[in-house]
Amino acid sequence: MKAFLILEDGHVFTGTSIGSAREVISEIVFNTSMTGYLEVMTDPSYAGQAVCMTYPLIGNYGICYDDQESRKPWIDGFIVRELSRVPSNFRSVDTIQHFLSRYDIPGIAGIDTRALTKILREKGTMNGMITVNENYDLDTILPELKAYTVRGVVEKVTCREREILKGDGPRVALLDLGAKRNIARSLNQRGCQVTVYPAWTPAEEILREKPDGIMLSNGPGDPSDCGSVIREIRRLYESDVPIFAICLGHQLMALAAGGETYKMKYGHRGGNHPVKDLSTGRVYISSQNHGYVVDARILEEKNIAHPAFVNVNDGTNEGMSYVGKNIFTVQFHPEACPGPEDSAFLFDRFLHMMGGDR
Amino acid sequence: MPRNKDIRKVLVIGSGPIVIGQAAEFDYAGTQACRSLKEEGIEVVLLNSNPATIMTDKDIADHVYIEPLTVEVVEQLILKEKPDSVLPTLGGQAGLNLAMELEEKGFLKEHNVRLIGTTAETIRKAEDRQEFKDTMEKIGEPVAPSKVVISVEEGLAFTSTIGYPVVLRPAYTLGGSGGGIASNEYELREILENGLRLSRVGEVLVERCIAGWKEIEYEVMRDSAGNCITVCNMENIDPVGVHTGDSIVVAPSQTLGDKEYQMLRTSALNIITELGIAGGCNVQYALHPESFEYCVIEVNPRVSRSSALASKATGYPIAKVSAKIALGYTLDEIPNAITGKTYASFEPMLDYCVVKIPRLPFDKFITAKRTLTTQMKATGEVMSICSSFEGALMKAIRSLEQHVDSLMSYDFSHLDNEELLEELRVVDDRRIWKIAEAIRRKISQYTLHEMTKIDLWFIDKIAVLVEMEEALKTRELDRELLLEAKRLEFPDSVIARLAGKTEAEIKGLRGEFGITAAYKMVDTCAAEFAAQTPYYYSVYGDGETENEAIADTGRKKILVLGSGPIRIGQGIEFDFCSVHCTWAFAKEGYETIIVNNNPETVSTDFDIADKLYFEPLTPEDVENIVNIEKPDGAVVQFGGQTAIKLTQDLLKMGVKILGTSAKDVDAAEDRELFDEVLEQCGIPRPKGHTVYTAQEAKEAAGELGYPVLVRPSYVLGGQGMRIAVSDEDVDEYIGLINQIAQEHPILVDKYLMGKEIEVDAVCDGEDILIPGIMEHIERAGIHSGDSISVYPAQTISARTKATIAEYTRLLARALHVVGMINIQFIVHNEEVYVIEVNPRSSRTVPYISKVTGIPIVPLATKVILGYRLRDLGYTPGLQPEAKHFAIKMPVFSFEKIRDADISLGPEMKSTGECLGIAETFNEALYKAFLGAGIRLPKYKQMIITVKDEDKEDIIPIARRFQALGYRIFATRSTARVLKENGIRAIRTNKLEQPAPNLMDLILGHKIDVVIDTPPQGIEHQKDGFLIRRSAIETGVNVLTSLDTAEALVTSLENTDLHNLTLIDIADIDNR
Repeated sequence: MKAFLILEDGHVFTGTSIGSAREVISEIVFNTSMTGYLEVMTDPSYAGQAVCMTYPLIGNYGICYDDQESRKPWIDGFIVRELSRVPSNFRSVDTIQHFLSRYDIPGIAGIDTRALTKILREKGTMNGMITVNENYDLDTILPELKAYTVRGVVEKVTCREREILKGDGPRVALLDLGAKRNIARSLNQRGCQVTVYPAWTPAEEILREKPDGIMLSNGPGDPSDCGSVIREIRRLYESDVPIFAICLGHQLMALAAGGETYKMKYGHRGGNHPVKDLSTGRVYISSQNHGYVVDARILEEKNIAHPAFVNVNDGTNEGMSYVGKNIFTVQFHPEACPGPEDSAFLFDRFLHMMGGDR
Repeated sequence: MPRNKDIRKVLVIGSGPIVIGQAAEFDYAGTQACRSLKEEGIEVVLLNSNPATIMTDKDIADHVYIEPLTVEVVEQLILKEKPDSVLPTLGGQAGLNLAMELEEKGFLKEHNVRLIGTTAETIRKAEDRQEFKDTMEKIGEPVAPSKVVISVEEGLAFTSTIGYPVVLRPAYTLGGSGGGIASNEYELREILENGLRLSRVGEVLVERCIAGWKEIEYEVMRDSAGNCITVCNMENIDPVGVHTGDSIVVAPSQTLGDKEYQMLRTSALNIITELGIAGGCNVQYALHPESFEYCVIEVNPRVSRSSALASKATGYPIAKVSAKIALGYTLDEIPNAITGKTYASFEPMLDYCVVKIPRLPFDKFITAKRTLTTQMKATGEVMSICSSFEGALMKAIRSLEQHVDSLMSYDFSHLDNEELLEELRVVDDRRIWKIAEAIRRKISQYTLHEMTKIDLWFIDKIAVLVEMEEALKTRELDRELLLEAKRLEFPDSVIARLAGKTEAEIKGLRGEFGITAAYKMVDTCAAEFAAQTPYYYSVYGDGETENEAIADTGRKKILVLGSGPIRIGQGIEFDFCSVHCTWAFAKEGYETIIVNNNPETVSTDFDIADKLYFEPLTPEDVENIVNIEKPDGAVVQFGGQTAIKLTQDLLKMGVKILGTSAKDVDAAEDRELFDEVLEQCGIPRPKGHTVYTAQEAKEAAGELGYPVLVRPSYVLGGQGMRIAVSDEDVDEYIGLINQIAQEHPILVDKYLMGKEIEVDAVCDGEDILIPGIMEHIERAGIHSGDSISVYPAQTISARTKATIAEYTRLLARALHVVGMINIQFIVHNEEVYVIEVNPRSSRTVPYISKVTGIPIVPLATKVILGYRLRDLGYTPGLQPEAKHFAIKMPVFSFEKIRDADISLGPEMKSTGECLGIAETFNEALYKAFLGAGIRLPKYKQMIITVKDEDKEDIIPIARRFQALGYRIFATRSTARVLKENGIRAIRTNKLEQPAPNLMDLILGHKIDVVIDTPPQGIEHQKDGFLIRRSAIETGVNVLTSLDTAEALVTSLENTDLHNLTLIDIADIDNR
């Protein structure tokens, strides 16, 4: 069946429908990772987005449910050059085609994904529609696409209730803003007892448990939409509990501390972004997935926090260290999955902050 | 960290002659590194014995020494040039070994010279088997259970504890020389014995066999501050068991999930960190196909063939970045030349699929076993890029230049299913074709996977291609089907064959359906950033597929066609010519466009031409580029046979061929036209006839009288050329020749046993410039590429030289040559005969350019553009002879190819060459042999067995060997002749006779050299073949021509030369 990808600037790509035949409007983003499509699909940070994989051959190693980064896929749509007709890997238990259908995710294959990526690069992230309706009418669709905005995604993806991963080390409260599983797993593997809280949990409820440390997770959407969460994070900021934050958590902490964030032209999504640790000069290759970024200048001028990591390619902020606080936040993903494991040592640093490293 | 200012003058060591396992990739790496160093204002001293390389050009380094790669030479060179640093990691294993020897001797320390880049300690940790194992154990990286052994007994004892099969890997050898897999005691003894001898340190690693596991490679980079990245990972389609150089390789890996990918990536970074490498490094893994278990197979602490491939596959210039790291820069300080925006501290992301296929030499060595093992056999490789795996595979297949264009090109349809399965058990270069045939027979993919251990994903991709073959045969060729066939990169010609249409019809349909090639950019970042470097590959698509290759207008535009994969007969020389031609056009203000498919070469570096199209060199692929670029002209005379073959097609596309016209090229190749030209000029040639059948050939031979030279017209490297002494020979040869598709007639010529002379010249249509006359040491009958070539010619008279110059002028004029011409002559009884004329660049061009200091290729390019030689500051005619002597010595890779016949003849067999240059002839000869790795005497024992015609001539040679103290063993009749002439020859039994016979002597490893001249014609006697093979495989030098033997004894008479004269090529200008 034919499918169409219509961009808000009027570009139309014709391809083949994959997964669900449902029509969907979403923000269109691209990801440059060559492996890890399942991790991408199940990363809650992609809620409200349709993802275009720049690597052309997707589905080669099938689906292994153990590799899901959350309980289900969150992407609105999936855009690929070619889906493998057979998966080949000893752990594969399903095909990507079936996986998409099972979760009712629409997608399109066989389009010039590189041309799409270049459009997004040049014009910036934009909205689009995936449809199988051959009689689409651009005059009605384009205004609809332009008007579309994503709201309330954090509430959608966060866990419904508290969850505990047992461990005999430091007790970590993980605020689930759309957390990837490997964050809790990385802490748990280091011996931490991890309590996962829904995003709307009041600070007081978390602090009452007297955790040794607080972890703010990654998550989807525009950070400035998360007003109520930011207010609670401000309270966490004011406590003396060591805090480590990743991605959306990093952005929300900046906002809670009086900083600002802004939307990037087309974001960073992939597994090859170099980040420099400003305290050592070392460069690490990181996994990234964000469309918004912290404006480090404001926090720095106010002497609230200083940049700790910077992106080597475009100089954008990649991490902050808070003055007089035991708080450390990064924009990239030390939990990897998908992507390089180079910055996993940051979890050790967090353990050190909590005084619990062994 | 900014660059270390203490580094001012750097010695770069190259890799020497091209041999199997060490090919053009090091010219690419070395050239890139030298340019990168010079960019930083560093004075570069280059040492490499290979005159065909681009790196040994005075444009690349400040001081260039084409000298043997020995410790003595490097020491002398360091004393002469006084560099402060040596960069050892860009010259492959040869350069690395040399640097290590110097370091171990303490020479470098003594003279205050440092090794930059990777340290000696690191090299030892990576290269020494035991230290490597210990290091891996220390950081918990698994290696297969193994032990380093120094004797066969020790090997047997260890194997009994881990069980067969075992893999054997000799320490410090090239391309896995002498390695293999042993499944029983007999094989173990055989391979181990050989490996122990070939290893520089007499050590072989015996290891648990992990054959059948996935073979995965990572290319990693690290700077001295400890930052590290992976440039690329690659998956071998052929599982562990086939040398990676002989495997079909895909980048990035296709069947690894993120978990496996990151597991191995992290491992590779841990390894490079622990080893402390500063620069590029290659880590090879075996990954269990059904678990996360893996083993580190090998680490190369230097640039390698794989790093050249990774550089071309990703656009990340590993050698260039390695050189900058050696100077002290960190990765985040080195800009990414492709994007111009990002830095070297990032990881390339591919949005396409890359396939590499090795180019194997079995078309040249028809007696050789095609089996692929852990011992590399490929002479070169091709790479292709496409958005699908199937497309990349199809493009790579048709790039191979071995008469293959699809998965139907090797025919196994005559086998029954059982025979086919039996064939599939044999791992050879035709395996994917056998799999395709099995799929056609509906043999289950799972069975094929079980038999070959090739991942099902790849087998299914082959099935996709086979299904398309079937669809094209049976379905109506509508738009959808044709689009899909083109997406899978089926060439028009193959589609036409399958669909029962003509190629023109397919092309017409494509036009009608709007199916065209679009070009995509290799940009290192999957389009995330705008790229500045125009490096393209094609995909077929419909109107929606974006084409990124936009033709620039303004400057005049030239299309330079490259020479494809390195193969015997078409080596790195043609890349030298293509690159110099490109640079010369650029200097004249032209926009330059290179089309080539060889990832090992300098020409496919993205900053050589203004635009690089990494594409197959077939008419269809070239036409697609022509349609977009509309070049003002193309040059074909520099790319060897590959480019020449495209001439007619280019003309049909309306592309102007610059330089000598196609008509005149034809006149030189077509026997009858050529005879007319010769007659006009009054130039004699050996008598001959053009024939089509064996019967005609025999009649012609009868008239001419045996021996005769039989060959197909349009030959490359003497392919299919033989000397026949009888009618039976003629029958057999014609049979052989006809195995390869013949559109052209066969030539039968009278064979004259004279001096062979070779000339390269540049003609501007009027005047001609001959840099020098080269004389072959071996008499006619041995392919010019396999002969030792001497400049200036030594044994011919001034009158003959004048005749040669005059004939060259006459021929160039008569053929209206504009550009290059290469002529081969025979001087027989003071008469000069022409045997071959090639109106194009030749194998000897780099050599003669360097030893005369006359830049022939740039001159030819300027002449093509209309300049006159006189206006370029040159006096036409034969240039004055140099004061020095320069001898080009062929180098062979016979020990790598089991069962290849090593006897020399009209068919070329050498893989590379080295140079001996000195102020005296004897020293030049000595250096040439030394450079070719012939370091004698060792045991002062030799074997002589010559055919009857040579018995007279061997006497003085044997006498001279005896005078040097050699003990001579000889077979019965040779011994008798020698004894009758007062030489103390020891008669030795032939093979079938009781021990001690010839074989015992050879296998006893106490023989320096075997002189064995096989009878001419087809060798019916198996003995000689066996003797030569055993000798080669036990590392004994074998000479099959008395002329070579005489040259060798001359050089041995001069081994007292201790202070070699080192000549800086950059100072030579001989006009």
